[in-house]
This record gives sequence, structure tokens and C-alpha cells, in this order.
Amino acid sequence: MPHRVEVTTREGLVDPRGQSLVIRAREDHGIQLAQARVVDVYSIDLELDAETLEKVRLEVLSDPIAERSTGTGPILSGWDYWVEVGFRPGVTDNVGGTASEAIADLLGLPNAAERTVFTASAYALWGESLTRESVERLAHGMLANDLIEEVVIHSRNGGPQTPFKPRIPKVRLPENHRVQTYNLELEAKELEDLSRANTWALSLAEMHSIRDYFRRPEVREERNRRGLPVGATDVEVEVLAQTWSEHCKHKIFAANIGYTDEAGKSRRIENLFKATIKRTTEELAKTRDWLVSVFHDNAGAIRFTEDYHLTVKVETHNSPSALDPYGGALTGIVGVNRDPLGTGKGCRLLFNTDVFCFGPPDRKEELPPPLLHPRRIMRGVHRGVMDGANTSGIPDINGAVVFDERFSGKPLVFCGTGGLLPAVVNGEPGESKEVCPGDRIFMVGGRIGKDGIHGATFSSEALHSDSPATAVQIGDPITQRKVLDFLLEARDLGLYRTLTDNGAGGLSSSVGEMATHSGGARVHLDRAPLKYEGLAPWEIFLSEAQERMTVIVPPEMSERFSALAARRSVEASDLGEFTASGFLEVFFRERPVALLDLEFLHHGWPVMELPAKWTPPHHSEPAVPQTEDLTERLKSVLSRLNVCGKEPLVRMYDHEVQGGSVLKPFQGVHDEGPGDAAIVRPLLDRPDGVAVGCGIVPRYSDIDAAAMAENATDEAIRNLLAVGAPLDQVAALDNFCWPDPVPGPNNPDAEYKMAQLVRACEGLRRICLAYGVPLISGKDSMKNDCRIGEVKISIPPTLLVTAVAILPDIARAVSMEFKRPGDLIYVLGWTREELGASEYFAEFGGIGNRVPTVRVEESWPLYKALARATEARLVASCHDCSDGGLGVALAESAFASDLGATIHLDRVPLADPISRPDFILFSESPSRFVVTVARDSRDEFERLFAGLPHGFVGEVEERPVLEVRTKERLPLVMGEVGDFKRAWQAPFAHY
Amino acid sequence: MKPRALVLTGFGINCDYETGFALSMPGVEMEVEKCHANDLVAEPDRLDHAHLFVIPGGFSYGDHLGSGRVLGNRLKTRVGEALSRFLADGKLVLGICNGFQVLVKMGLLPGGGPGRLDNWTQRATLFRNDSGRFEDRWVHLKVCEGHNSVFLQGIERLYLPVRHGEGKLVFGEGVYEELEANGQDVLRYSDPDGNPTCRYPDCPNGSEHSLAGLSDATGRVFGLMPHPEAFLFRTNHPRWTREELPEEGQGVAIFRNAAEYVRRELLGVGAAA
Repeated sequence: MPHRVEVTTREGLVDPRGQSLVIRAREDHGIQLAQARVVDVYSIDLELDAETLEKVRLEVLSDPIAERSTGTGPILSGWDYWVEVGFRPGVTDNVGGTASEAIADLLGLPNAAERTVFTASAYALWGESLTRESVERLAHGMLANDLIEEVVIHSRNGGPQTPFKPRIPKVRLPENHRVQTYNLELEAKELEDLSRANTWALSLAEMHSIRDYFRRPEVREERNRRGLPVGATDVEVEVLAQTWSEHCKHKIFAANIGYTDEAGKSRRIENLFKATIKRTTEELAKTRDWLVSVFHDNAGAIRFTEDYHLTVKVETHNSPSALDPYGGALTGIVGVNRDPLGTGKGCRLLFNTDVFCFGPPDRKEELPPPLLHPRRIMRGVHRGVMDGANTSGIPDINGAVVFDERFSGKPLVFCGTGGLLPAVVNGEPGESKEVCPGDRIFMVGGRIGKDGIHGATFSSEALHSDSPATAVQIGDPITQRKVLDFLLEARDLGLYRTLTDNGAGGLSSSVGEMATHSGGARVHLDRAPLKYEGLAPWEIFLSEAQERMTVIVPPEMSERFSALAARRSVEASDLGEFTASGFLEVFFRERPVALLDLEFLHHGWPVMELPAKWTPPHHSEPAVPQTEDLTERLKSVLSRLNVCGKEPLVRMYDHEVQGGSVLKPFQGVHDEGPGDAAIVRPLLDRPDGVAVGCGIVPRYSDIDAAAMAENATDEAIRNLLAVGAPLDQVAALDNFCWPDPVPGPNNPDAEYKMAQLVRACEGLRRICLAYGVPLISGKDSMKNDCRIGEVKISIPPTLLVTAVAILPDIARAVSMEFKRPGDLIYVLGWTREELGASEYFAEFGGIGNRVPTVRVEESWPLYKALARATEARLVASCHDCSDGGLGVALAESAFASDLGATIHLDRVPLADPISRPDFILFSESPSRFVVTVARDSRDEFERLFAGLPHGFVGEVEERPVLEVRTKERLPLVMGEVGDFKRAWQAPFAHY
Repeated sequence: MKPRALVLTGFGINCDYETGFALSMPGVEMEVEKCHANDLVAEPDRLDHAHLFVIPGGFSYGDHLGSGRVLGNRLKTRVGEALSRFLADGKLVLGICNGFQVLVKMGLLPGGGPGRLDNWTQRATLFRNDSGRFEDRWVHLKVCEGHNSVFLQGIERLYLPVRHGEGKLVFGEGVYEELEANGQDVLRYSDPDGNPTCRYPDCPNGSEHSLAGLSDATGRVFGLMPHPEAFLFRTNHPRWTREELPEEGQGVAIFRNAAEYVRRELLGVGAAA
């Protein structure tokens, strides 16, 4: 008989989870609770006698000092409502897994991997005004996600309160070894229907390519000889659909594009990716010997020291985070960790980055299902990334949060990871991806379930009580940490040749990809360990169950490899071997279930032809009332969501584990000022550092996506410069998130969105070439639209640029806050009247048209001078001007130091006259910095900037007051720096 | 002969790189052996070769079922005997953050209670922060007068980061009074002037008696929530770009004290050259 154990915080101790529930119920849902208490519920599927249960309860499941528990009945009584939330069958229950293992260990049970414990959270609620309806709202709107969890609600007056029963949400499915065969000799409509019915997302052209492949006489003959049917098996079509998916093959970026500009002039672009991004890197590579591996592997690699390379990858996890913000984001961060881990022969992981785009959290109206309120998405995503990164022991060092109404339909969750790859591993280059015929295919890490099959296309309706929730995966950082530790140990012992991660498409993708290195592979799906029975062979092959790596092990090492895995409590399964046959061969119980020509698998898809038409939009100029006192205006801009401080969120990330923290996210006298970029020192016995910055400005796409991309790129590079990084070894990563640019019945403006994409790619290329910054890795997510009934919400086209720089010496790092009274304040770079799509215009509800423009012929000489100045240690502080412009940068530099300044606005370098002082203060012209310099460095500093736009605008003052004056010496802004700080902190002060 | 440290790894421990580095820094100079928890369980005698046993920070078993509990149980039941011998030999144990949580949950800290010193009864706990959140922030620490810790000799104050969600020390009935009498209440959160305080955020978690670290009765077992291994260099300090600071970070002294104690008391040699 299963047992139920309930655990809660001992009376008299603070129950922070209960307290936070009361606050969130009130603030987020307007529901008044007198008290809430949280109870951890464990259902144990083991036969235990009373004494053993007692031992388990007291030694494993509860804390003897701070908690109370029972194994025989309810632990709390007197509540008005009891809400219990447990996982649906098949949803990853990490705590349940650990509890199963800990109990097996304590009791000496033979099968430690067996799931015997299932967890649930119960919430005991007290409140006079509570009703069934308000509790339901709380349960489904805050406490549970119906997609992955089930809710039970009891009320005090709802009948007899017998002890609740244990709940064992095991997946129980019959064995399923069925392999279906499809006849593809069908009419066009039938082929399209077949693709849709199976969620293959294959176009008619693609279905035809597949049909034609199976028609080939040599294919028919080979299949016949090897015992495969004439038609395609489900394994084969699923593998093709997955391999040819937009996610894996980036078909839009690989398309040929007919681009028509505003003058009606047309040109053709063959393969947008190759023509812009790849070409940029190839051209730059000719004069840069530090590019180690670009575009080929899971992460890009550049040289760091003579002994190590730096690898970086940034990914998005948007759709899963929309459905289950916590699980989606957690999976996003631990998922991108596997990219550097799976690069070359494997990396130690150095840092994480995270950039989020959300709808405004203060949105008043609820959104129609399945959309979740932006506040809920924000909380869940933040907690998911926090748990994933912190638990994995990887410092989260850089990021941003962007808000825009249009992200209410689809949030963007970018997660990045950097790694350290030894230049040489056991005599071979660390970046080697060599696979030899005869090498064994090992799957290492988690087991396979129905997780993530066909991504997030399954809706919650498809779920019933005993069927696994396939739509959403929940990461398990501790399993992955064990895998990571084991693999790095095995790497250094030379026990494997190379490895790759199992992400989208699972084994089908990882094995299919690695097979190209040897020329073939033979996989036995029945040898893969499953979480539960009932997976069809194709599901085993495609499952996106997390925490798995595919490792290529020379046959002579396989025994030692397996033995070490066992010693590290990591599951490693030999699934077959790599060959040189030219085929991907798949078997189930010795029966052939797939045979695909590798050439066809990877190159057989038809290239798309896409139209793009650029028509520049025109917006009305917002009416911005003039005022003589800009103090309140500055505070309003500082309080805008895209400008304000997010310190409470960021403090919850561990940003200094591994001991290499050099510049932290928050800087200044009280550690409250926003740093421009982070710096870490990966090797504690070396002075070399890595600076990491990012740029993102989706709102500029409202005017021109080219400007959006150029400004994002400029901002990322600017961030690195601001912290003192030199320019000779800077690399960038591009992550595009776009609304669907492929024409279709529901997509009337596809040509415009495609034109935006072309312009963004070309803008990115222009800046990268000018600054000599190769693009070493990237990713795109092209379907960020959401349709509810008749309403379609599309995100603004968004490019995130992540930039990294190598610093030969971390001691040259510069932080953003003013340092000493008497230091001289300079504004570097031209300010223009560029307020189109600015935060200032947005404050007045408008967009305007004059979008900030990057002028590389001006910025590049300025950047070189600034890099020389930081190298010569002439710069006391440096802060980038971005969202909110000069006014924000000045205020931040001042309040972070508790020092003041008097700024003469007429000394700000203007390329052309600007009539209004508020436009000078809030223009978002790119390529500008606020820099302070010690008085005795003045001459040397000014010499470096001779002929370049720089204005000595004022001095740092002891008195903590920020004053901005006009030419007539009239005060435009005047306020205590602390007041500006409070305005800047206000929106998230109580997060 | 160099003092030897055994540094535990595996199952989510994740500060082993910088902790190992700290132990081998100039002036500390210990020989560092990293040992996976499974290997220690398989061969508990590996402890016999070491003078200092370190459980670094991290998230062993993901903090599931309460931080440190699962690893603590495992060490208690599988390595307990070897660890008792290790302690009886007068050797040192250091637990940082998650390591401290492990030592407390397995009963090694504060130790004492009925019977022997190492009788493995949990008498205190490290529980969820009052704030309900994991936080990374630097805190001021005051070494308590009359403390018994060999790790804190010659140190009066420290400035180190905390990075935890479960760092609130809670004591069983009468336990604190006993610790105080023995000088086991060794390290407290303080305000910037060095006055112990329970006020958030100076005290980041709501710890009883604002305690950040404890000794056992011998002073040779030490656990603390803040991370000395995260402040090894000037450049780790959050304000090194604006303050004049010595090259060496304040965390190093704790590791040096351990090494010097081993040299002096266990190896019978003078202080490091």
C-alpha cells in the first residue's frame, strides 16, 4: 500500500513560501488571505512497515529542527481551503527522483533508479473572504500550471476531511513496437493533409522530394534487399521532418530571396545566411587567426590563451516558456549548457547569459487562454533560469530584460553559455569532431520519455489522466551536472573521441548529424533506456527528453567508458555504431525500421524562394510638450520598464561561482549601478579575462529593422569597450527572433517581414565588417506569432547580439560609476536629433521617424581611441549611452557613486544643432559614452581624442546633486542623486 | 611533507575548482586531492591520507528535500566510521555553504549533544532564508570574541559573498547556549562597522543570533555560509575598481590558517616559509 507523508514548517518559524503566497495573491490577483502555509506532500509507492516509514519520514523527508511531519494523517487543520498541486504523469519530478534515490540508499534497496516517490505541493489557505471561485482563480492562475499539473481543492465545508490518499502519477502504457508504413503516392491535397495530421510541418514541395526519393529504383532495390517496405516507415518520415524542420535546417535563412526596395528596384539574394552572416565571418577570417571553429559545431570557438579556446552559444526557448514559463526557461538554460559541453571534445562551462522579452508585467487585462499573463511569465521564466543556472554552478553574468506589449503573445527567452575548451586533448585538437567507422554510439544521461516530441504542438486537450504531458519538458540540472562532471573526467582520460548534445530532434538529430562525419550509422532503438513503456520506435528516436549527450567512443574504450559512468552514477547506453555505409540505419529488436541515404537526409530538401518587399513605414511625430524643468522627465524615463533597474531579479542569480568574477552586474559605492558588461577570469592562475556584453533594441524595428540590427550590434560592442576591453579580439553571436516571413493565407505582410529580415542581416553585416567583429555562432526562431481567434499578435523583429572580448589583463577593467570628486566628465560621440522609437517618445505614446543611425566612419575611430585610453588606464569610469540616452547614463553614473555633477548641456558634442534641450538629453544616438578622467590625465586623454567628438561637460562633485544646465546657466535638471536612484529602482523595488 | 586536503566532488557540488585553487595558493600550499563522493563511499579509507576534509559549496542533490540532507545522510551512513577516525586523529573539516549545510544536517556541526562529540545527531539546521529567495550579495562578518576555531585565528572581520537560499541557522532547544559557552559561535553577520546584526540585508537570511558560521567543540570542524573561496584576489571584490585593496583577497586567510595548523600540529613543522 502506498504511503503519504506531509511536511510543513514548524510553528514559530517564518514560512517564507507561505508569506510570499499571501503577498502575491494580494498584489497579483487582488485576493486577501489571512494566512497561507505550504505543505510538501510525498506519496511513496513502496511497502513499508510503520517503523521504516518513520525512519524515512524523519531522516529523509523532513528536517527535525525546522519542520513537522506526519505519515498518518493531515498535518494541518482548520484551514478554509486546501489546494493540492501534483504533476501529471510523465512530467519530470526532480525532487521525487532524489527522494526515490535517497530512500533506496537509506534502506539498501536494489534498484536505486526506480521512481518510488511522487511529490505534490499543498497550500493551506485561511481567509474570511475566500470563495471557491477565488481559490480556483488562485490555484489555476498562480499555484498550478494545468498543462503539467493537476489540482485538487478541498474546502472546510466541503464534507468530511478524511486523510488524503497518496497519489502515484505513474505513466502506464502498453508496450508499443508498432512501425507504420506510409504510401506517399498520393494527390497533393492528401500529402498536405498527411503532413498536417502528423504534425510533420513538411511543405508540399518537401513531401514531393520525399516521395521522389522513395521512388528511386536504387532506393527501392536497396530497401528490398535489406528488408524494408516500399513505402516510407514512420521512423523515416519523422526523421526527415525533424531534420528538415525550420528549427534544424534554417530554411528561411537558407532561402533564395527576391528583394524589392522602396524605389521598386529588385535584386536576388541566394541564401541569405551565406550572403550576409557567413560571408562576413569568412571575409574577416582571412586576417584573424584566432577563429578556431565557427558555424560547424554546437558553439562557436575562438582562441583564448595558448592552451584554451573560448566557446559560446546563445539559444532561444520561446514557445515552451510561453506554455510553462518555469519549465520552459529551466530547460532553456540547461539546454544551452549542453551546446558548449558538446562542442569539440567538450568544455568546462564558464558563464551563462540571459535576455528576456516580456509583455508589460503591470498589464491590467487578462489574456485569453492559453496565453499567460506577462507577470506570470516573467516570474516563472526568471525562477526557471535562476534555478537552472544556480543549481548547475555556472555564474549568470550578463543579460537584459525588454518589455513591449507585443511580447504578450510570445515571450522571448534567450539563454547563452560560454565554455572553456582545451586546445589539445590527449594529443588531438580540442575542437576535433572526428568520428571513425566502428566507433560506438553512446547515449549518456537521462532516460527517454515522450517529452517534447513534436515540440510544443500538442495542446493540453490532447492529455488525459494517464497519458504523459509531452508538450513541456522540465530540465533536471543535477542529472546534467553529473553528466557534465563525468564527461569532463572521461575526456581527460581519453575515453571518447567526441560528443554532441541531444536537443531538438533528440537522437535522430544527434546521431544523424554525427553520422555525416564517419559516413553512416547503425542504431538500435531498443537499447535506449526508457522512463516508461509505451514509446513507439519513432518516438524513442525523436524524443527531446533532456539531459542527454551522444558520445562517440572508440570500441577499445567502451568498457572503461561504461565503467566510469557507473562509478559516477551516470547512465550510459551503447546504442550501436558509426559506419561508412552512406546510410542512417535504424533497428528495433534487430528489425530494420529506417534506412536513409545520408546525402538525401541532409541535402535533399528543396530550397525555398521567398519574396521580400521593403516599404518604409511612416509614423506621426509625437507631440512632446516643452518644459523648462526636465527633472521630472528624467525621473519618468528612469522609471520606464526598459530603463529601470532590475537588481532584485539579478541578485537571485549566482554571478560569482567558480571564483573568477571581475566585474559584477551591479557596480558602484553601494553595488547598485548597472554595469555595461561583465568580466570573468576563467583561469585563476592567469590574468586573462573574458568580457561579455549584449545589445537588443526591438522597438527600432518599428521604423527600420536595419537600424534595429545595427544599433543592437553597436550596443553590444560598446558595452565591451565601456568596461575596458580591447578591440583586437571581439566576436559576436546573432540570435534572430522574427514573426513568420513566409507567405500564407494568414500572413498578408510576409513580404514586409522578409524585407525586414534582409535589412537586419545586411545591417548586422555592415557593422561587423566595419568593426572587424566576426560572427561565430547564431540561431534563429522564425515563427513568433500568436493567434487568438481573429487577433494575431506578432513580436517586433528582434536581433540579440551577444559580444565577447578577450582581455589580456583583467586589471584594465573599468566600472561605470563616477570615482572621485574633481574628475572631469566627458561625453564621447556625436549626439543627433534621433528620437525615433526612443524611450522618450514612447513616454509620450509616439514612435516618430528619425531612428538612431550607426555611422561607422565616425564611431570606429572613436572606439579605437577609447580602447587606447582604457589600455593606458586614463579612464576612471565609463558608461554606455543607450536606452534613455545621455540623461540616463549621467544619472546612473552619478547615483552609483553617491557623487554629484554639474553638466553643461551646451558642451555636448552635436553633429547638427538640436533645438530642444530635452532632445539632447534623451536622444538615443548610438556610439556614445559618458567617461570620467582624473584631472592630471586630462592632456593625455584629450590628445587621444583630438579631432574626434568629445565634450568636457562638467566635473564630478562631492555634493550628491545632479544638475544639468543650459548655455544660459539655467538649471534644466536639478535633484539629489538618491532621488534619481529611487526613481530608477522603483518599478522592481518590491519584486 | 605538504599538508593534504581531500576536496569532495560530485552530485552537484560545484565550487570545487576555486576551493581547490585556494588550497594550493602561495602561503596555503596544500596538496589537493579531489574525490568524488561515490569514490569516498567505495573507499572511505581515502580520508586517512588527508589532514583536511573539505566539502565545497554547490547544490548537492539539487537541495531537494532540504539543502545538504541527502549528501549528509549518505556520508553519515557510508563514511561515518572513517570520518570519526579522522576527527579522533585531530584533523580538520571545513564545510562551505552547501558543505556547511551537509555538516549541520549530518550532525557534525555543532556536534555535541548526548554521548560523544561526533554522535551524528542533528541539533541545528540551515533553513530557507526569511526573504524566501536565493541571493548573491556581499556581507560583512565579525569573528566572535572567544571563538574556538583554528580556521579563524588572527582574523577579526571578513567581507565575503553569500550565495544561498537556505542559510538561516535555527537551533534546537538549548543548543545555542551550549555553543556560546564553548566558543562555538564563531562568525556573525555584521553591519559595515563590525557590529553583529540581524537586520536584512546585512544579515541576509534571518539567522538566529545573526550567526554565519559555527565550530564544533574542538574548533577543528568549521562551517560557514559565506564563500571565502570567492574572494581570493583583489579583483573579486565588488568595488576593487574604486577602492585601494591588497592583492590578496580576504578569503585566503581561512585556508592558510588550516594549512598552518596542519603543519604545526599534525606535521610538526614551523609556519610556511
